Amino acid sequence: MAQKNINAIPNIISPNTPVIFNPDICDGCNQCVEVCQVDVYIPNPEKGKPPIILHPDECWYGGCCVNDCPRPGAITFNWPLQQRAYWKDKATGKVLRDSY
Amino acid sequence: MTKWHDYLKKNGKAPPWPYAVEYDKEQEIETDVLVIGGGIAGCWAAISAARKGIRVTLVEKGNTIRSGAGGPGCDHWCNVPANPHSKVDPDEWAKVLTERPGVLGPLQKDPTKCSYGNGIGNQIQCREDYDTLLEMEQMGGKIRDTNDEYVGAEGRYDDTKFMLSPRVSPDHSTEVVIRIWGTTFKPALKEECKRLGVNIYDRVMVTSLLTEGGIQGARVVGAIGFNNRTGEFMVFKSKAAVLATAGNYSLWMLNTELAGYNTFRSRTMTGDGAAMAWKAGAELTLMERSGILNLGTGFKHTWYGGAGDASYENIQLVDANGKKLPWPVQGWPDGGAMRPAPEIHESIRKGIDTGEWALPFYGDFPAMPDIERKVTWKLMLGEESTTKIITNTYNRAGFDPAKHLLQNYQFIEGTSPSQWRTTSGSGPIVDWDLKTTLDGLYVAGEQMFSAGDHSYAASTGRYAGRKAAAYAGQVNRATVSKEQVALEKARIYAPIKRSDGIDWKELQAGISRTMQYFCSEFKTESLLDMGLDSLKEIEEVFVPRLYAFDPHKLMRSIEDLSLLAHGQAILHASLARKASSQTLNFFRIDYPEVDPPEWCKFVTIKLENGKVKTGELPMNYWGDMKANYEAHNKDYTGVYKG
Repeated sequence: MAQKNINAIPNIISPNTPVIFNPDICDGCNQCVEVCQVDVYIPNPEKGKPPIILHPDECWYGGCCVNDCPRPGAITFNWPLQQRAYWKDKATGKVLRDSY
Repeated sequence: MTKWHDYLKKNGKAPPWPYAVEYDKEQEIETDVLVIGGGIAGCWAAISAARKGIRVTLVEKGNTIRSGAGGPGCDHWCNVPANPHSKVDPDEWAKVLTERPGVLGPLQKDPTKCSYGNGIGNQIQCREDYDTLLEMEQMGGKIRDTNDEYVGAEGRYDDTKFMLSPRVSPDHSTEVVIRIWGTTFKPALKEECKRLGVNIYDRVMVTSLLTEGGIQGARVVGAIGFNNRTGEFMVFKSKAAVLATAGNYSLWMLNTELAGYNTFRSRTMTGDGAAMAWKAGAELTLMERSGILNLGTGFKHTWYGGAGDASYENIQLVDANGKKLPWPVQGWPDGGAMRPAPEIHESIRKGIDTGEWALPFYGDFPAMPDIERKVTWKLMLGEESTTKIITNTYNRAGFDPAKHLLQNYQFIEGTSPSQWRTTSGSGPIVDWDLKTTLDGLYVAGEQMFSAGDHSYAASTGRYAGRKAAAYAGQVNRATVSKEQVALEKARIYAPIKRSDGIDWKELQAGISRTMQYFCSEFKTESLLDMGLDSLKEIEEVFVPRLYAFDPHKLMRSIEDLSLLAHGQAILHASLARKASSQTLNFFRIDYPEVDPPEWCKFVTIKLENGKVKTGELPMNYWGDMKANYEAHNKDYTGVYKG
């Protein structure tokens, strides 16, 4: 059931999810905050929680945040829909794409 | 819950700024050598200066551990003719690079007198980048196939375990480029900086240079900056400074919400170095040159600027029916050429319309020998800049290069408009010490005119660092002008004193639009004049309305002012060159003759008492490259043994 009690907010910046955090694995070490070239993230005010994606519109999709994460699975790269890739199975000719 | 608006929804308010806000704090740092920019060139400059036992300070806008164009990784150590497998002489190869445009390959077939190469930088790279590479290994960078992962790959030498690349080496004729594991480099460089006692300031943007007495054109005696998380004001006082800043990939285009920044460089690379050198009075050259961004209209994340997604080295392109395209093989037979000749490109384009070639095209990974596929997918694409995360994402999504053809986006995503440009290839005039025309100011890496790749940045950084250190050992500290500091402080902090007006994105889009209209494909004196008028109006009317909410947006705002100054310098340089040039991608409608001999020269611009002065230097102003390199480096000791 759709919520009826909603606030008036402007269009949010999008794409806005260059990465997806897994809060069960991420321990809020903020290594990703530190290695980011453009400061996309800020540390979460609550210690031990995943960082907040503050400037997704500046993301370079450089990937250092994911590459350098010390806890595998805590942070996953998430390409914007329009940047997802296509490929084709050579044997069957079936066209495939990144539907992760 | 990791997105900003999720936080807002949950807490009913925005998160507090996570760092102390210290606009009113001021820090003074005294050093012998100040390095501005902590990318590849900057790290190497800091390391080589610190080896001389002097005080070195490195200032970086991001975090030195992964900042810069080569921060995420790098797969090629280009142009290393002193490597043991090389079939070319280093001094001869430096001449080739200088006389034949296309330093990153494929090189132009024949030498030209109108090449605009940087003979000094090329000579340094060819003489010293093998030593630099060995030092990279000493620090922990991986440069050889020590785990024997790629035994049997073409170009792998079993004695040294070096992996030679086909780039500029058709049929193994040069063996001058080495494949490397570049994702290991940047953290190792930062570690070495720390080990040598380099004083590193991360997240600090340098905004301008300080000159003796505050006079334009005088000796550089320090720099001003601010912390882009806290807003703290920083005054750096130095005996010598190395400008190791990046190019500028944002001047002609702002693209944020469509798909994020994917212009081959991040938004932090906004021409700050060129702008501060220009304002300090350094003589700049080739500012009129521009490149095409080569982004398709799809804004898709390309492997590599302009190369097309699957068209990396060694991969045969085929059409949708599996028919081989007359595209270069991109391996040893073609010397790693990534693009077909224009006439072949055009014939493919026509063949699409007639049905000869069916879209889309694909990179035929499965057709490659297993070992070559592994080299390309895992080593080349796995180690190069931003492509490591891309290959990992493909792997996760089920792409298997042994079975799958990778789609190529040539043609179907359209062509980058000629109004979307880069400023690459311009910078300060340098001498054989990599000193600019200002005493105390050295330059390295991409900030040099006609710069090369990663190994060029590394070797010129290493060189500029030792020359700056030598100068710092000979001179006294000069006084910093309090008035210059106060003026810069007022300029930097103006946007945070406003809470309304125009933000950095709108300002950048406005500046970019001016460049698109008046300084792109169509250039005439009157259009360029209109461009200068337009930027002047932006400076006088709109910049005083610029506002920033926090230190981060303040950085973006001050970067806009770098873009503006850079744009002005480009327009002045474009007016000064009264001829067209193929190499510079510079075409004047009012001076249509392409590369007339009398204009085969470096046109220079500089500010003197706020007025633009133009000048010129002959194409080979550096003289005999080999003789001058040797004359200036009698004390060079080769690979570091410290």
